[in-house]
Amino acid sequence: MEQTFNISVFTENSIGILNRITIIFTRRHLNIESITASECEVPGVFRYTIVVNTSEEKVIKVVNQIEKQVDVLKAFYHSDSEVVYQEMALYKLPTNLNNGGEMEQILRMHHARILSLSPEFTTIEKTGRPEEINSLFEALHPFGVLEYAKSGRVAISKPMKTLEDYLTEMSFEV
Amino acid sequence: MNKMNITGAESVIRSLLAEDVSTIFGYPGGAIMPIYDALYDFREQVNHILVRHEQGAIHAAQGFARSSGKTGVVFATSGPGATNLITGLADALIDSTPVVCITGQVASHLLGTDAFQETDVIGISMPVTKWNIQVTKSEDIPAAIARAFYIASTGRPGPVLVDITKDAQFGKFDFQYEKCSSIRSYLPKPELNVDLLHKAASLINNAKKPYLLIGQGILLSEAQNELMTFVEKSGLPVASTLLGLGAFPAKHPNYVGYLGMHGNYAPNVLTNECDVLIAIGMRFDDRVTGDVSRYAKQAKLIHIDIDKAELNKIIPAEIAIHSDAKEALTALNKLVQSKNHDEWLNEFRKLELEEYEEVITDAIHPKEGELKMSEVVNLISEITDGEAIVVTDVGQHQMITSRYFKYQKPKTNITSGGLGTMGFALPAAIGAKLGAPEKEVIAIIGDGGFQMTIQELGTILQCGAAVKIVILNNNFLGMVRQWQQLFFDRRYSFTDIKNPNFLKIAEGYGVSGEKVTTREDLKIGLNNLLSNKNSYLLEVIVEREENVFPMVPTGASVSEILLTEKHGTNI
Repeated sequence: MEQTFNISVFTENSIGILNRITIIFTRRHLNIESITASECEVPGVFRYTIVVNTSEEKVIKVVNQIEKQVDVLKAFYHSDSEVVYQEMALYKLPTNLNNGGEMEQILRMHHARILSLSPEFTTIEKTGRPEEINSLFEALHPFGVLEYAKSGRVAISKPMKTLEDYLTEMSFEV
Repeated sequence: MNKMNITGAESVIRSLLAEDVSTIFGYPGGAIMPIYDALYDFREQVNHILVRHEQGAIHAAQGFARSSGKTGVVFATSGPGATNLITGLADALIDSTPVVCITGQVASHLLGTDAFQETDVIGISMPVTKWNIQVTKSEDIPAAIARAFYIASTGRPGPVLVDITKDAQFGKFDFQYEKCSSIRSYLPKPELNVDLLHKAASLINNAKKPYLLIGQGILLSEAQNELMTFVEKSGLPVASTLLGLGAFPAKHPNYVGYLGMHGNYAPNVLTNECDVLIAIGMRFDDRVTGDVSRYAKQAKLIHIDIDKAELNKIIPAEIAIHSDAKEALTALNKLVQSKNHDEWLNEFRKLELEEYEEVITDAIHPKEGELKMSEVVNLISEITDGEAIVVTDVGQHQMITSRYFKYQKPKTNITSGGLGTMGFALPAAIGAKLGAPEKEVIAIIGDGGFQMTIQELGTILQCGAAVKIVILNNNFLGMVRQWQQLFFDRRYSFTDIKNPNFLKIAEGYGVSGEKVTTREDLKIGLNNLLSNKNSYLLEVIVEREENVFPMVPTGASVSEILLTEKHGTNI
């Protein structure tokens, strides 16, 4: 049965490792729904959050293949219920001062905030679950969304074992 | 080992010397010229073999690695030189062969500009290397090479590629070499799980029909002695994958044969009869398993492999042990009880007899008609007592050699298994001979595959490797023809191949030889082949439409293996 999985990959900061990881998905004809990367709590170690829809059997095999890469420290997979996750979106709208307070209502209701304001356009930021971000998009639509950009998912796992624990188990100084 | 103010190019050679490299297979070109220039001063210390095509270089390095147990080393230039390595890299990756390729690259300021002979070698080689790296600074060369050797040769071995820009080759720095002994993100030697081993031993001790499958992992971890102890103590039958041949002597009473699509009858059929299946250092390739949904369903599987990703990948294991084969066997030998499974072994013998009567006797001792590939291989096996290094190409002759050559010693079976690379044998045999000069090296090749890397006769001409070449010539691309006959209604679409005069070509390269067409001449021909001090080519004209049987047809279960053509109901 297919479901959404959040794959967390911890890697060294080496050129080409992202390519090595994505090849594993491409080769199995698996579409990556979203991917984000940044340095994690251990200096020099990068964390990738990769979201895929697939079966558990497949995700296990993919994670094993990822972990096999020389520059990968550790890879995990979690279902949606095992992670806390968030996405962020930016919306660019024409600045309109005559909307009768309707915009204020929308922003309050959606817990969104204004990032920048100029005579020409306003940038609004919203973090949340994909459905919340979409819902704000729908609400803003009548005002004419000029641009809309959404990040991939970032997720942290609920189990309490940290990467440092794993690294210590692997008997390396962190 | 330290040296002040040397070029990156010289540091490459000094790094290789620090890794005890004695042989390099390569081909020079623009972007690797500084390294070749540095090599000129080390001609006494390093034997550089000039090949005729870079594919030949990497296959030779693979042959060298497989016969010697050391890491093979390749030099190639940028662009086409590097892209010509790709087939060999893929072959070495799937067959777990340690190879370090060093490629020249355009100067770093030209990267990404479509400069002359620039290709994205890192990008192209990524899916077919265990690891690769581009070096753009001279001082980074020694550490990159140290990592390359460490990664290539440890864990599940594989090919690595180090791409060095021309400016990094020219730049000067103070050289220091330190061998790599660990990488924090890479754990090549997993810790043995003692609990799992106890469980495995208890399963084996309580099994009525335990059955052991061995793969190349035994050879790579040099566990043949531990394997022998394990088998003789626990008394179970042993079968081998294609790449595992030689890890256990074929003439041993517990050896029951070769697994897979064209393997022996008993080991395939009885896979579906055993109660405990123990698989060590093998990966359940589809050519071994047939239909996985009907593979050993009744058995509890104990799978031991050093590559964690292979465990539970194809066949779910009751006990999956992530371990080096030698370590696991050493530990298991203390836990397994001495047993005797004669009755169970007899079941193998019964089926073996059936196969002998129905297939083998005609295949190796035909009374009349044209020469058969199988009788040629059988005779080579008898004359050499199964002790020669036998290098095969890909196709019918390869399957027949795997069936009829009685491999007795480790590191004597060299073939392209996972990738099935035609053209592998000739260059691999050159490398194998250089890796084990004291051994007889016989390359058994089909008429098709021989022409894919025939230019490497030039390498033999230049380096003098005494490779013995046997061409089993049926004037067909035989394996494809066999499938066309069986599954495509005898529509022989482009498998009828018109061959050149192989002897004349060989003669042009200074390799003498002869052609045999009769049973009487075969023995004489083989004697000439083996008694010759130099390379020799024996062309054997064989039956045009000999088929390899038994056969597990695609989609069938291993226990549905067809002994002969007449056993097939669907073909």
